[in-house]
Amino acid sequence: MNTPSPHGFLAQMSSILSISNLSKTYDSGFQALKAVNLEIERGELFALLGPNGAGKTTLISIICGIVTASSGKVTVDGHDIIREFRAARSMIGLVPQELTTDAFETVWDTVNFSRGLFGKGKDPDLVERVLKDLSLWDKKDNRLMTLSGGMKRRVLIAKALAHEPRLLFLDEPTAGVDVELRRDMWRVVRRLQETGVTIILTTHYIEEAEDLADRVGVINKGEIILVENKAELMHKLGRKQLTLHLAEPIAAIPDALAEHQLELQSGGEALVYTYDTRGERTGITALLQDIHAAGIRFRDLNTKQSSLEEIFVDLVKAPS
Amino acid sequence: MNLYAINAIYRFEMARTGRTLFQSIISPVISTSLYFVVFGAAIGSRISEVDGVSYGAFIVPGLIMLSLLTQSLSNASFGIYFPRFTGTIYEVLSAPVSYLEIVIAYVGAAATKSIIVGLIILATAGLFVPLEIQHPGWMLLFLVLTSVTFALFGFIIGIWAGNFEQLQLVPLLIVTPLAFLGGSFYSISMLPPAWQTVTLFNPVVYLISGFRWSFYGMADVGVGVSLAMTLLFLAICIAIIAWIFKTGYRLKS
Repeated sequence: MNTPSPHGFLAQMSSILSISNLSKTYDSGFQALKAVNLEIERGELFALLGPNGAGKTTLISIICGIVTASSGKVTVDGHDIIREFRAARSMIGLVPQELTTDAFETVWDTVNFSRGLFGKGKDPDLVERVLKDLSLWDKKDNRLMTLSGGMKRRVLIAKALAHEPRLLFLDEPTAGVDVELRRDMWRVVRRLQETGVTIILTTHYIEEAEDLADRVGVINKGEIILVENKAELMHKLGRKQLTLHLAEPIAAIPDALAEHQLELQSGGEALVYTYDTRGERTGITALLQDIHAAGIRFRDLNTKQSSLEEIFVDLVKAPS
Repeated sequence: MNLYAINAIYRFEMARTGRTLFQSIISPVISTSLYFVVFGAAIGSRISEVDGVSYGAFIVPGLIMLSLLTQSLSNASFGIYFPRFTGTIYEVLSAPVSYLEIVIAYVGAAATKSIIVGLIILATAGLFVPLEIQHPGWMLLFLVLTSVTFALFGFIIGIWAGNFEQLQLVPLLIVTPLAFLGGSFYSISMLPPAWQTVTLFNPVVYLISGFRWSFYGMADVGVGVSLAMTLLFLAICIAIIAWIFKTGYRLKS
């Protein structure tokens, strides 16, 4: 019998979502998920990044009960999603990627429908608060077909929040949403997180993950290739660039500077040095000394950290 | 049991009836009234009584049954097909709702609508012909059993259908002909012996016969056989739905 290690046991205790060896192969033979393991901590905002077709939506759909897993186990707050589906699903709210709404229902009716569907009695005050938070209150009597795409997206969020979930999945929630609406949404998301709701977000807007997430997971070709605290991830994988803007342009990099592997940019007016922040020595001091010795003068300098997007692109492009 | 969820789906489906009142309730009443005018008053006046019942009164159970079958089927099939078509089915599938609760809610709403239509048609028929119901309890039993059974059948079609054409296929090409050939407008004893035997393979014969017996105490087949056949069809539909949910057929990938 396998006994969980103390560390593993503690990790599961603090996890609200625990996924182990989850695989999914569709009837077509396409393997969407390959033995995925993931622990989501209570109260965190976890950003799941990955290119199209990486398995993000399949993963979320299995957890929510829309897709059947081929193998593996998922528990939500300790409840198995198959054997204890009622307890597990009651805790989950899902904002799907597709804008799927009933055309003829009113906003008020559809949000109340969702609350009932998840086994909760009427609570007009709560529904009113949710609609007001999402700037939908003045649209409450409008039929859904009369709403814009952005408004429909808000309705989907309101529906997902109507039963007060403890674990909220936002599957590309800001796709096709204008900047103002997007900011409103993130305000709501932050407020939810403050009340202890755990949020799992997939997005194509990586700057959103960079702004909001506590941890970042990267999925590619059905495999989780990285899960890391966002700040640590950027610290570990982030490369920095030092750009020296030269006082006078140079035609080529002098041989004396060859060991620093510089790039000459802007028509010979800038030298770019890429270094690793993880290294004990960045080599900047030696570089500046060598530049001075080579008689090259510079009028300005700046450094730039890799963005999460650049890190993400590097990761999914790397051969597996 | 998640009664809130059953209530939510049931009310959602019934609200759809309210929005489409003309299509759901008034339209079948008008078309049935036309049957009475044409078959009952115009043609029926030239047809002698059938087993001691005026022709106009004779066709009432068959007409109600014809509407029950088509209404139960179309209401239930549309009710589950439309969320599949629009994608909103995701919410039902991801909710803490058991398969039994989903079926109770959708089938219950579809059956309720068709029972309402059946009772309205019965009341409408009372305006055209003198009605007697010898066994009202049996009449209600057949009304409810038939509505539920065909709503279950419609639910199956709604899950099976890949497009709107397929959704219409079974009601148009199978159920309506079976209802017309199942004795809605005649007693099967009026047919030549060979055709009487063939007709017994039509399941709708048993529904109409049992229903007509509850009105006038006369039947093409024994009421016990009618009830047994109805329950058999009900059991077959339940078994298919159980299989659908067990396998996730056309619902889950």
